[in-house]
Amino acid sequence: MAGLTNLQRLEAESIHIMREVIAECDNPVMLYSIGKDSAVMLHLAAKAFYPSKPPFPLLHVDTTWKFKAMYEMRERMAKELGFELLVHKNPEALAQNINPFDHGSALHTDMWKTEGLKQALDKYQFDAAFGGARRDEEKSRAKERIFSFRSAQHRWDPKQQRPELWHLYNAKKHKGESIRVFPISNWTELDIWQYIYLEKIPIVPLYYSAVRPVVERGGTLIMVDDDRMPLLPGEKPMMKSVRFRTLGCYPLTGAVESTAATLPDIIQEMLLTKSSERQGRVIDHDQAASMEKKKQEGYF
Amino acid sequence: MDVSDLIATDILKYLEVHQNKGLLRFITCGSVDDGKSTLIGRLLYDSKMIFEDQLAALESDSKKVGTQGGEIDFALLVDGLAAEREQGITIDVAHRFFSTEKRKFIVADTPGHEQYTRNMVTGASTADLAVILMDARKGVLVQTRRHSFLVSLIGIKNVVLAINKMDLVGYSQETFDKIVADYAAFAKQIGFENVLAIPISGLKGDNITEASTSTPWYKGPTLMHHLETVELADDVRTAPFRMWVQWVNRPDLDFRGFSGQVVSGVIRPGDRIRALPSSRESRVTRIVTKDGDLDEAVAGQSVTITLKDEIDISRGDLMASADALPGVADQFSATLVWMSDTPLLPGRPYWLKIGARVITASVTEIKHKVNVNTLEHLAAKTLELNEIGNINISVEQPVPFDPYTENKNTGGFILIDRMTNATVAAGMLQFALRRADNIHWQAVDVDKVVRSALKGQKACVLWFTGLSGSGKSTIANLVEKQLYALGRHTYMLDGDNVRHGLNRDLGFSDTDRVENIRRVAEVSKLMVDAGLITLVSFISPFRAERRLARDLLQEGEFLEVFIDTPLEEAEKRDPKGLYKKARAGEIKNFTGISSPYERPENPEVRVDTTAMSAEHAAAFILRKLEERGMLMGYRVPEDTTPTA
Repeated sequence: MAGLTNLQRLEAESIHIMREVIAECDNPVMLYSIGKDSAVMLHLAAKAFYPSKPPFPLLHVDTTWKFKAMYEMRERMAKELGFELLVHKNPEALAQNINPFDHGSALHTDMWKTEGLKQALDKYQFDAAFGGARRDEEKSRAKERIFSFRSAQHRWDPKQQRPELWHLYNAKKHKGESIRVFPISNWTELDIWQYIYLEKIPIVPLYYSAVRPVVERGGTLIMVDDDRMPLLPGEKPMMKSVRFRTLGCYPLTGAVESTAATLPDIIQEMLLTKSSERQGRVIDHDQAASMEKKKQEGYF
Repeated sequence: MDVSDLIATDILKYLEVHQNKGLLRFITCGSVDDGKSTLIGRLLYDSKMIFEDQLAALESDSKKVGTQGGEIDFALLVDGLAAEREQGITIDVAHRFFSTEKRKFIVADTPGHEQYTRNMVTGASTADLAVILMDARKGVLVQTRRHSFLVSLIGIKNVVLAINKMDLVGYSQETFDKIVADYAAFAKQIGFENVLAIPISGLKGDNITEASTSTPWYKGPTLMHHLETVELADDVRTAPFRMWVQWVNRPDLDFRGFSGQVVSGVIRPGDRIRALPSSRESRVTRIVTKDGDLDEAVAGQSVTITLKDEIDISRGDLMASADALPGVADQFSATLVWMSDTPLLPGRPYWLKIGARVITASVTEIKHKVNVNTLEHLAAKTLELNEIGNINISVEQPVPFDPYTENKNTGGFILIDRMTNATVAAGMLQFALRRADNIHWQAVDVDKVVRSALKGQKACVLWFTGLSGSGKSTIANLVEKQLYALGRHTYMLDGDNVRHGLNRDLGFSDTDRVENIRRVAEVSKLMVDAGLITLVSFISPFRAERRLARDLLQEGEFLEVFIDTPLEEAEKRDPKGLYKKARAGEIKNFTGISSPYERPENPEVRVDTTAMSAEHAAAFILRKLEERGMLMGYRVPEDTTPTA
């Protein structure tokens, strides 16, 4: 494989992983978060099974609080790539109108995402779910396996994880158990951007700079994406040239001031900016080692 | 101009450069004391992979918990795993990423002393290069030899001997030369041809990215320069074409393609290929990808191939160049690295996964195990966690393969436990023990069906399992007597009797128990073939072995009869006085006391002896046989025995 470039090797590896899952699992699904990593994963899935359509549906575990532009992208991509799109909203969270403003980011995330995901997996009886996590995202993810096993209760049991040798993935499991599969584990943030650029993969326009209405809260710029956002007394949205490095629920996603309006601009900014990617995610600030805890509970 | 300057001045040019970067995966071998974490942290830091927020955290952590007196402690960048180790979380391999102008790197970092063999083999399995780290003050230690042996076992050809902590030996050339000379003899013994030794200090940064002024006597490359420029052996590309078929791609009736990753060689439209093990041949018509058809596909690429002829190919088949075929066999000599807390049991069936093929396999012989520290060969009856053995292995159907040393992707395999589904071993095929295609089963006209029909019955095995003293033999005897009275042809294999004859050479260790059952299972299969209703009365405590017996027979021929007697009850009865002896410690490995009994999960017949007498139980079993049509029309009378 000496002659292939880094991106060619990564692409081939991800495709290999996806095909193994399709061949060895009964009812796989691809979790779709609509972000840039998801965009790459979708693009790879379309390649992996061509000329067939990807033989699994997309699942979006919706929190109802994503950016409007994300919902638009979701519909467009599912249609263009020929995926069946499943959207799950936790009915309890919906009934209780759970939101980040009244309930805080921890409860919001737990109810909509963690619980919502478990409900959806149970409802459709999926035995394998592709996720777009990468090992370079933070220190604790470095040890993640590509196939991550979950009990019938969706718990991640460290003792049940299997060594991964060569490119031989063991997908055997008992009834009720499931696997989370991370086909882009070995991609870095730069690889993702480079590939999006090279392959002209559509991404949500929020990644590009534009003048948008934002308010500043606790040092973080939050975009006022709709009128559900309660403004504090005297608070007025400011129009600023901003963009987003990661996407999630709009009240929990910090914008950065930027004028990067093209992909090369974005990549240039990323390479010159000296702060790591996850900094924009409010959810990580809640507690140390928070990803680890969330994973044990069933969040990605 | 430095390429990194392009980021600010000409991003498009930078992207073009980066786009053509290659990838190098490597593993660092060494313990914490050798400065492994410091070295990896240093590589990340020097390649500017550390963001300011991470750097700020690193600086404050270094002051708080660092070991470098407030200076930056690079080890903290990668030591996020310490806390997890304390929580008992198994970490086999952590992957770190960094990149320079020339290459992107994935480092496999394998922590842990106890699990070292398992972890290192796992991390090394995907590595192109190994950095073997040692402490200049200590020289070649037992662990250096162990790491080197494992690197050679997994077949990594590019080896760097990083002699670390040179600052602590005054950058002495003499010390360096002595270590290199000491190591050379050993390297030759394990077959390393090219080893590059570099004097470094991970802590001070000597010869990591910049040539050190403290080692003017060293004329070789820095570690980073070597990692960036070392030529990766091109042997996967020059090897014959191989591709495991992962998935048959059929979007509609007009298209039938075979999707997989080319694991070695090159393939072009028009090339003749053969599918194995079926041995059918055809020509490649197209190499399909979503980005358009390719003129050629090379090792590493994931593609979909279409063929000229409609030949039967399914997942798990190997597509190979018709001019350079792999072997096909069902018995192999192999090296096995055991990775599970539960030891290897020879004879027990496991799943074996090679490429995209999963089949049943069992280890037929352990020739020896290897002491990883001394390379000594030792006799062994089993392999425990982290042990390495030379074994013979047999698979249920012939599989295509190449020796591991020629092709990792067609010679490497894993073993999976059939009950827990855990990956329990990594294996490397060496050679076929004999040509499996020379053996043909004689298809005979007088077969099982004919023989059974002559006797007016359907042959089957009634497999009685249960604790010692549960009543298995008593009930089995009664069933056989009644069958005899009905004019049926039977045979009884009883644990005690068989152990006095056929299995007299076996004891009661787990390994011997497995072999005991395997032999009985094979004998009962022959009995069924002879048309007999075969009664087997064996404790047979392990599910895996009962399953082995079941798998030998056809659907419906194996009836598991679980004589369910609670331990307290069996111990109370103790007809042979064995429980008493076992409790007194006079009998080792006694089922129920000092060796486990795994209850059947879905037995065809379950007899609760606390609710049924032996006579009732026998009548009950006979009715079950009748219900299944095993007695061919005979009606068992209603059970009129008064209830006990």
